[in-house]
Amino acid sequence: MAGIDHAPPPFFKQGPAPLALLTFYVLISLAIFVVDLRFRSLDLLRQSIALVVDPVQRVAQTPGSLVDYSRSYLEGMQHLQQENEALRSAKLSTAPGLLRLEQLEAENERLRKLLAVKERENASGQVAQILYTARDPFSRKVIVDKGQQSGIVAGQPAIDESGVVGQVTRVFPFSAEITLITDKNQAVPVQIVRSGQRSVVFGLGNGQLELRYMPTNADVQVGDLLVTSGLDGIFPQGFPVAKVVKVERESAYAFARIICAPLGAVENFGEIMILDPRAPLPPRPAEVSGRADGGDRAARSKKKRAAKGN
Amino acid sequence: MQPTFSSSRILLPVRPWFIYLSLFAALLLNLLPTAYWPGIPDWVALVLCFWSVRESRRVGMGWAFILGLLMDVADGAVLGQHCFAYVLLAFLSTSLSRRLLWFPLGEQALQVLPLLLLTQVIQLLVRLLVGADFPGWSYFIGPFVAALLWVPATFVLLLPQYRPVEQNPDRPI
Repeated sequence: MAGIDHAPPPFFKQGPAPLALLTFYVLISLAIFVVDLRFRSLDLLRQSIALVVDPVQRVAQTPGSLVDYSRSYLEGMQHLQQENEALRSAKLSTAPGLLRLEQLEAENERLRKLLAVKERENASGQVAQILYTARDPFSRKVIVDKGQQSGIVAGQPAIDESGVVGQVTRVFPFSAEITLITDKNQAVPVQIVRSGQRSVVFGLGNGQLELRYMPTNADVQVGDLLVTSGLDGIFPQGFPVAKVVKVERESAYAFARIICAPLGAVENFGEIMILDPRAPLPPRPAEVSGRADGGDRAARSKKKRAAKGN
Repeated sequence: MQPTFSSSRILLPVRPWFIYLSLFAALLLNLLPTAYWPGIPDWVALVLCFWSVRESRRVGMGWAFILGLLMDVADGAVLGQHCFAYVLLAFLSTSLSRRLLWFPLGEQALQVLPLLLLTQVIQLLVRLLVGADFPGWSYFIGPFVAALLWVPATFVLLLPQYRPVEQNPDRPI
């Protein structure tokens, strides 16, 4: 009965049904979406794809950078001289502060020793060039030209000449992704310089930052400077982060709404400095058992840590 | 195949390398710095949609998935976001292709617009679901521009398949 064996001729072979294929691909997409978002365990896949995409991306960025380069070349001598002049005068005007800085640091060190406070860490790092902004419209990230080759690891803070810019979140072989502090839910532990109060500043996603969970009667004023508090063990202490631009106090809410503007040139292109990872913080002191209720204890140990961090 | 089914003009068969070249060119266009300007369409989605309508046997959900993965990595987006949207786009445009090519180009563009808009909306929805921020209404200009570009894109992408209008009557093909 060879004739009844109805195998379709290869002419009609079209592979699996479109609906089956669709289900298959959609399920895979959703699976990697969830795994990448929640477990972050697909970095190897991302890195290997990035090896292919990265050169293409750099080629695509070439025309723009060529235009920039030729523009700066053609701007010519006069501009350079003016800039040189301006820089020289800026150097002169900052000279008094800088010259005394060394002496102040020495004095600070001595005083800290007198007070038996842990010495402030020295911040060092490497300069990286911002290559391009990540095209994802839902987040604020930039790609820089240093990666695993230069020993960058995820978590390192990035600063520019005026303040904190962001934090390395993903590292590729030849590039790294930096999440800016204005990215939604990117958090930086800060301290208000004027009052010394500690808090955490969150990105809003629209180029601004918000100081959350501050009570309505908190001592915050417009113009207050926020610097990193260093309590997280990631950002070194004392780098400027943002300035308070608006404080809304409404008695209907438990917390004040405090909007800040970043000090670093967060949304600009240019060069940034990726700071080396900090030495790990000393371990938390062991809890003494048999104390009063837990909340009290937590508050106390927090205070202890704060004292150490300062 | 004809430019549209109602046309009497017969096209040359498509060359596979041209399909892949155009997809690569679209990827390159997407990676240009112009991508940050508002209203710049998603070139990959446009070209992918075009080829899944015209050559659904060659370009389909597999290519959509791979291109989506590349775009995810290039964008720094969550992996799977573009994959999902592109796969759905390829599926819908493939299933629409039998009907779509009966219409003149302008009306084709009108029917392609919802598909391109859907790709954008799906990406927005999956990201909003997991707590991203609304990127603003300019995010939706791209698909409209892409739909407007459907007519020139058809012309450019079919260019290698057109034959000269004046043909030698002694040679049938």
